[in-house]
Amino acid sequence: MTEMLQNEQLSKSSPIRRSHHWLREFQQHPAVSLTAILLLMWLILSRLSPYFFTLGNVLEITLQAAVVAMIAAGETFVILSGGIDLSVGSIFAMSAMAAGLVMQAQMPVPVVLAAGLLTGALCGFANGLGVSKLQLPPFIVTLGSMSILRGFALLVNKGIPIFGANPDFAFLGQGRVFDLLPVPSLIVLGVYILCWFILRQTPFGRFTYAIGSNPEAARLAGVGMVRQTIGIYVLCGTLAGLAGMTEASRLSSAQPAGGVGLELDAIGAVVIGGTSLFGGEGNILATLVGALLIATIRNGLNIVGIEAFWQNVVTGFIIVLAVYLDRLRRVHRAA
Amino acid sequence: MDEKRVPLLEMRNIRKSFFGIPVLQDVNFDLYPGEVHILLGENGAGKSTLMKILSAAYRLDAGQIIIDGQEQHYRVPADAQKAGISTIYQHFNQCPHLTVAENIFLGRPPRTRFGLINWQKMNHDARVALSNVSTNLDPRMRIGTLSVASRQVVEIVSAISRRTRILVMDEPTAALSEQEVQRLFELIHSLTERGVGIIYISHRLEELQSVGDRVTVLRDGRNMGTHKIAEVGLDSLVRLMIGRDLHQTHLTPLPADTPETLRVEKLTRRGQFESVSFSVRRGEIVGISGLMGSGRTELAQSIFGVHVPDSGEIYVRGQRVNIRIPGDAVKLGIGFLTEDRLGDGLGASMSIRENMSLPMWASGQGYAYGLFLNRRKERQLSDDYGRRLNVRAATMSLPVRYLSGGNQQKVVLAKWLIARCSILIVDEPTAGIDIGAKEEVHRLLIHFARQEGGTVIMISSDLPEVLKLSDRILVMAEGRLVKELQRIEATEEIVMGHSLQTIRG
Repeated sequence: MTEMLQNEQLSKSSPIRRSHHWLREFQQHPAVSLTAILLLMWLILSRLSPYFFTLGNVLEITLQAAVVAMIAAGETFVILSGGIDLSVGSIFAMSAMAAGLVMQAQMPVPVVLAAGLLTGALCGFANGLGVSKLQLPPFIVTLGSMSILRGFALLVNKGIPIFGANPDFAFLGQGRVFDLLPVPSLIVLGVYILCWFILRQTPFGRFTYAIGSNPEAARLAGVGMVRQTIGIYVLCGTLAGLAGMTEASRLSSAQPAGGVGLELDAIGAVVIGGTSLFGGEGNILATLVGALLIATIRNGLNIVGIEAFWQNVVTGFIIVLAVYLDRLRRVHRAA
Repeated sequence: MDEKRVPLLEMRNIRKSFFGIPVLQDVNFDLYPGEVHILLGENGAGKSTLMKILSAAYRLDAGQIIIDGQEQHYRVPADAQKAGISTIYQHFNQCPHLTVAENIFLGRPPRTRFGLINWQKMNHDARVALSNVSTNLDPRMRIGTLSVASRQVVEIVSAISRRTRILVMDEPTAALSEQEVQRLFELIHSLTERGVGIIYISHRLEELQSVGDRVTVLRDGRNMGTHKIAEVGLDSLVRLMIGRDLHQTHLTPLPADTPETLRVEKLTRRGQFESVSFSVRRGEIVGISGLMGSGRTELAQSIFGVHVPDSGEIYVRGQRVNIRIPGDAVKLGIGFLTEDRLGDGLGASMSIRENMSLPMWASGQGYAYGLFLNRRKERQLSDDYGRRLNVRAATMSLPVRYLSGGNQQKVVLAKWLIARCSILIVDEPTAGIDIGAKEEVHRLLIHFARQEGGTVIMISSDLPEVLKLSDRILVMAEGRLVKELQRIEATEEIVMGHSLQTIRG
């Protein structure tokens, strides 16, 4: 009898379930609606300026988005797990300085890269340790490390930028593949494909969502909280390190005061992408679109010739608007 | 009830769907002044949805709500409140840090001439309102310091002071003692004498006769009929509710001479339990009984690694083990179904499927190439267990927060079955779920122990449940194991007698 009830229920619901199932899922995917907004913006801007929608400029946008996009990828993991990382801007500078010092010592490029990534990873490790072992709120831990690491970044070379022009290292930030595609944009593409895969197909990704959804339930299901949390912050730190070196390479200099406020751009990109600041819900591809959206606003307003200060105003409004639209989408889906 | 009177409330042909799945189909419901109308149904039958439509928390897809003969078109919960509807939820909508008086007058405190809060008048009015229902709670006490029963009284007083004419009470007796229930019924009676209509949602069939006038049964979003309580038997209500006769599951005989699976020796956690030793074997269901605060939940948590015990030893399948975190226990094949499903059992934003598979991944099973989630296997297993455990949802990719309590509990059970755990510790496995789902959970636990060779350690405050399912009963009092009873020698009186035992001196 229960079996029958069950079947009855299934047959009642299955037609709804089958038809347009994939289509609905596609429409409801957060990255899709956001991409539509991005394309709309591009359309408007290309009307306003003939220079906007050229291959060169679109690639330029991806290049301008690259640094924020790299950091935002790591930040997505942290926010999905219910945390926040405010120290990414400082890690960005710290890693660039570490890489710069190693380069000054005439080390080969792979060692320089390894030094920058390792520095980012170590900073992330420290953050993760504070959050998991000391059980402090991520906001506090990373607010502290934001200041500590900024201090160290300034201390290591007495606040002076490190200039250097190793041509191999310059390829990271300035190179173009086929004389066309900017290397940082390609790195971003690689990072997002990898992160998307991690979130979707690996236990590390699933546990990130699980911790964000309900940390106590994740712990009681047997998820190793300390290891997982540290892993998440290490990933975030490493990507901030990658971004720091990319920027250093682009500018041919490591700036100890660079990357101030970058954490807000990164968090902005994540939030525009619809990831919940409470954790547990979100999508990394939408973060990428979010980063592109921010870069588009900056680039577009420049090209159209609007004063640069307006960029901040517009970016701020877009963040609030995007989250509001996402809320509407959720409410609509639930009721 | 005099049927010729004008109904206070009529809900006509109410329809509501979620995600295209109908949860209410042409439901009719009415309420007369001074009447207690009981709304009965399993979890997920649509009771809460119907009441949320009444209080405008949800919008209806089709149908009419008529109060005093006038059709209502309200849009936000405040409109419903103006129409005289108040709801008292199981988990109260109160601000625990505010005082009793502040909660009673939340959002509409009496003001002084200067627009500031008139504390004197507020406390005075609150005291008068409280004494009207013959309670002498101090209006200046903080809500958070009160007992559940007192908080409920405050909710009721608050509703009365809003001139409520239709009061919805969701499982009001779930957390009350026998005495408190009697007081509540008296209070309800005094409300109906003033002409308030009460819609009373409950799982407890026993109390219907002492409080209700009429009863309406919902099943799968349909009204299965409205009856006068005096004219309908409990058996037929159960049949209406679950669509069949209640199938009593019975414990099959315990297989002899199975090996020991878990042994605990002199386990101690200071201030919680002391020197507890017991052993359980394959196929067995062992009940742990005791009052709240007897240390039973803390004992289970310590075995599972939620807390680390101060001293003592744990052996799993004969091997001494060192369980420092829950992850260690899960890898040893131990599962733990906690008392608080949403607090620490499920990730509300995750899908049924993702919740079900979590312990499997965490214990290192089910991977493809040893590294990646085998999502096809995940889908198969969750669909399979969803069907076997009769989880009522159109698709396993629905977030668990949309499930009813009973179905959520089945998802938690499925988690551990999918992870192929062999020792399952369950803490209050059927708290807050309806009789149909309760029977199903019992059937699953018996099946797990007897057919699949698992071991069940069951903590429960529900004595009949303990007596029905346990091969052996361990009674705890004040942190100690005071008695071990075999199934045949245990009765409610004996178990209760040992639970009340004190060990001082």
